[in-house]
Amino acid sequence: MSARKRISIKNHTAEANLFARRAFISFIGILIMLLILFSNIYSLEVNSYDKYQTKSNSNRIKLLPVAPNRGLIFDRNGVLLAENKPIYSLEVIPEDVKNIQEKLTEVGQLLDISAEKQEKVLKSIRSKRRFKPVEIHSRLSDQQVATFSVNQHKFPGFFIDARLKRYYPFGDLTTHSIGYVARINQRDNIKLEDQGKADNYAATRNIGKLGLEKYYEDVLHGTIGHQEVEINNQGRIIRTLSFNPPVPGKDITLSLDIELQMVAKRALSGKRGSIVIMDPRNGEILAMYSNPSYDGNLFVHGISSKNYNKLRNSKDLPFINRSTQGLFPPASTIKPLIALTGLEEKMITPEYEIFDPGFYQLKGVKTKRRDWKKWGHGKVNLTKSLEESCNVYYYDLAFRLGITRISNMMEKFGFGEYSGLDIHEERSGTMPSVEWKRAKYNQQWYTGETLSVGIGQSYWTVTPIQLVNAITILVNKGEVKIPHLLKSTTETTNIIIDNKKSVSTVTKDVVYEDKPPIIIQDPKNWDLVLDALHNTVQKYGATGYNAFKGTTYDAAGKTGSAQVANIKQDEKYDAETTQENQRDNAMFISFAPYESPEIVVAVAIENVAKGGGASNAAPVARQMMDQYFGDRVIISKDPSRHPHHTKVYGEKNVSNHK
Amino acid sequence: MRTTGQDQQRHRTLLQRIHVDLPLLIGIVCLMILGLFVVYSAGGQELDIVIRQSIRLGIALVVMLVVAQIPPMSYQKWAVPMFVLGLMLLVSVLLFGHIGKGAQRWLDLGFMKFQPSEIMKLIVPITIAWYVSQYDLPAKISNIIIAFILVLMPTLLIAKQPDLGTSLLIACSGIFVIFLAGASWKLIGVCVGLASGFAPILWFFLMETYQKQRVLTFLNPEQDPLGSGYHIIQSKIAIGSGGIHGKGWLQGTQSQLEFLPERHTDFIFAVFSEEFGLIGVSVLFAVYLAIVIRGLYIAINAQQAFTKLLAGSLTLTFFVYVFVNIGMVSGLLPVVGVPLPLVSYGGTSMVTLMAGFGMIMAISTNKRVHA
Repeated sequence: MSARKRISIKNHTAEANLFARRAFISFIGILIMLLILFSNIYSLEVNSYDKYQTKSNSNRIKLLPVAPNRGLIFDRNGVLLAENKPIYSLEVIPEDVKNIQEKLTEVGQLLDISAEKQEKVLKSIRSKRRFKPVEIHSRLSDQQVATFSVNQHKFPGFFIDARLKRYYPFGDLTTHSIGYVARINQRDNIKLEDQGKADNYAATRNIGKLGLEKYYEDVLHGTIGHQEVEINNQGRIIRTLSFNPPVPGKDITLSLDIELQMVAKRALSGKRGSIVIMDPRNGEILAMYSNPSYDGNLFVHGISSKNYNKLRNSKDLPFINRSTQGLFPPASTIKPLIALTGLEEKMITPEYEIFDPGFYQLKGVKTKRRDWKKWGHGKVNLTKSLEESCNVYYYDLAFRLGITRISNMMEKFGFGEYSGLDIHEERSGTMPSVEWKRAKYNQQWYTGETLSVGIGQSYWTVTPIQLVNAITILVNKGEVKIPHLLKSTTETTNIIIDNKKSVSTVTKDVVYEDKPPIIIQDPKNWDLVLDALHNTVQKYGATGYNAFKGTTYDAAGKTGSAQVANIKQDEKYDAETTQENQRDNAMFISFAPYESPEIVVAVAIENVAKGGGASNAAPVARQMMDQYFGDRVIISKDPSRHPHHTKVYGEKNVSNHK
Repeated sequence: MRTTGQDQQRHRTLLQRIHVDLPLLIGIVCLMILGLFVVYSAGGQELDIVIRQSIRLGIALVVMLVVAQIPPMSYQKWAVPMFVLGLMLLVSVLLFGHIGKGAQRWLDLGFMKFQPSEIMKLIVPITIAWYVSQYDLPAKISNIIIAFILVLMPTLLIAKQPDLGTSLLIACSGIFVIFLAGASWKLIGVCVGLASGFAPILWFFLMETYQKQRVLTFLNPEQDPLGSGYHIIQSKIAIGSGGIHGKGWLQGTQSQLEFLPERHTDFIFAVFSEEFGLIGVSVLFAVYLAIVIRGLYIAINAQQAFTKLLAGSLTLTFFVYVFVNIGMVSGLLPVVGVPLPLVSYGGTSMVTLMAGFGMIMAISTNKRVHA
């Protein structure tokens, strides 16, 4: 009641005025504060609109890279050598499954997945976001895919995902040429980053690691595509905004003939060695096989350390591509080239003869160098020196030529240099010279070493690809082709015309320009040497005669047997293998048909049990040529030159024989 | 007096008879309808959430109507006992309170959970207005000091829960009464000085780690973009990317794709700005301003000092809600849990707020009765 009284005596007007004033001041304050709020929002929504618009978009829009399909690889006849095979994995999206443990056990029973594996899956489910798929089984068999598909309705949230995996249907037959792809590793990533290709590989899992897969990585890979998606704050994809499809890699067609490869493998089975076949008309490699080989498919999904160590520790060194990395002394196979050098340097003529007593001795030197024929070849001229592979003839010729003239000429034939073949796994071998020896060993050159070089030994090492390349130059009479495996590329593009999708394929042959030719003073010298090689195979008693008896085509060639002979690899001395390692290497080079050569074949076989090139390598070359020519009968314009080819020339021509 | 009142009652309109102030009601309903649309958009476009919010709004409107029927002068009788009871409840919350979201705010009464700090939002201005209006205005310093102590008690108890947002609002509601009661400018100056002296004490002794973190985050949100700064960064992105016209209703990517936290509650303003842009914000501000103007108009025209002070304080506190919420969402103020009044999804604070509006309406429609 006292309070009431006090109110009644209050000065109402003064109080009302005071209150109105204060209310008005408050109102001004409110206006100012509203203005502050408004100007702040104005600055956010108007002045900084672009900035926040961008931020908002980068919040919600993600570019998902889409990997292009890798180009396929075909052999020259269109046989698929490298394909992309779908592999099926079983995955689950945890949030779509009510009782994940129970369902997992059920699916495990259905598809025979071990309890151990299920436990692992459960663990990874717990550590991942609930809407992200978790892999249960990485490689389902066709049987498992079928079983699951029938029962899929019982397992909501479980699904089969198909991915493409590189597959080489011919396995070890193509590994040394095609190579393989494998998972991109840290080193690859750094390299891609350096080359500015990292963006293009954002979605790619595998990269070419060896052979053509590596060499033509850029051709085969293609261009990445992008899917623009809207995501929410947890990264879940809400919808696709746009899709820019990837451009698949180009398909490539090789010059290889897979059937020749198969024959090569068969011919080399149980041996360590290499076969290389080249078309002298264009430099195409028709076959290139190194035995033993290994299955490149092992590497595509990551090789087990057990398998890897088995291959790595194998005495037969399967990782070495003997065709391009195997270093062999060329032995007698390069005698025709030495002879050509002699003719060119006018040290010999076709008529020039020496007498071979079975050994060669330098003046003032006690050591006698023995010929392979104990009692000697007697009188030997150019043709006979090749037919019978007379060492003494070439000791004499090499002595007179000297190392410098020999190595200068041999370098023109590509020895000591990379062949230029389109794979990276290649060694250059050694073409020794005075300068080379000084640089390498800081030693002077000895004349004795020149003699050894004359028969393709000493420091001289070649790879089979170099050998086939050099013989091709000889066969082409100086023209220098670039040996290559890639024949053509095929680009497939989707075209949309009038809303209709169609596919256009454009195949382009790869053009290889010849290197500058070797010009010699007298072109007749080519024929002299080639003729001698022809005789080496065709003449009764010559070194190549037995192996090529009765062919339906007209071959020429040269044998070789290297004495010391082990391919130089960084392997440890091993007592158990020493004996075998000291056995001879067998070599053979050949070409056919003689008058218009289609193939040049080089064969190198390590450590043969007995005999040399004639009995070990030449028959292998014959098998290859038989396969290549098949039923073809190649009739020569001048049958008189083919003494024993009754089969080829038929009965009509027999009378013409000498 | 009574007969005059009855005479006038006959001339009054229906709305006046049920103690409803039409302009205020229009403003409130506008915000509520607007709020329902934004809640629908922010709440994942589920009708369920809109229905629940509508029920709350209905209850809140009923509460407002009921409160409006109570003659405002009768609050005075209840001021002291209510205040004492309120303090006791706050103490018991600290002692036996239910812990939710890291703070003790709730009292479990068995049949319902009850947040005493909410009623204090009303009891404090009533008590201070009652106390100050007993004496002549402008209030004397001694009275003001006592009033301050009265404000400080519930404020500190609530800050201790800890609920900084509510304690701030309650402190404001009391201080506004003191300000409107004509506290001298000198005194206001001294108080501001004292408050700034109090800030370090607040920082070192009263604030919890999470509250300090909020202040630090406010000062530099980019320092921890994925942690505590995330709310503010995402909220600013939402507002900024709205632009002048907004992205359109239901089209706000920040909110629809859930980048924005607390979308339908404390950060609903960000959703609104993202979808309706600067134009929408202008309209919203206009509605809030209209409500504030109407509230102050009612206060100025109230007949007694008590009702003037109460209506004025409630109106100004309402604006503080708006200012603190929008200021926090747009990055001007640290994050304190204050909803956007009448728009944000949520019940308790809405009911208190509407009870406050009920009082303002009672003051608006009862002035002649007690004149």
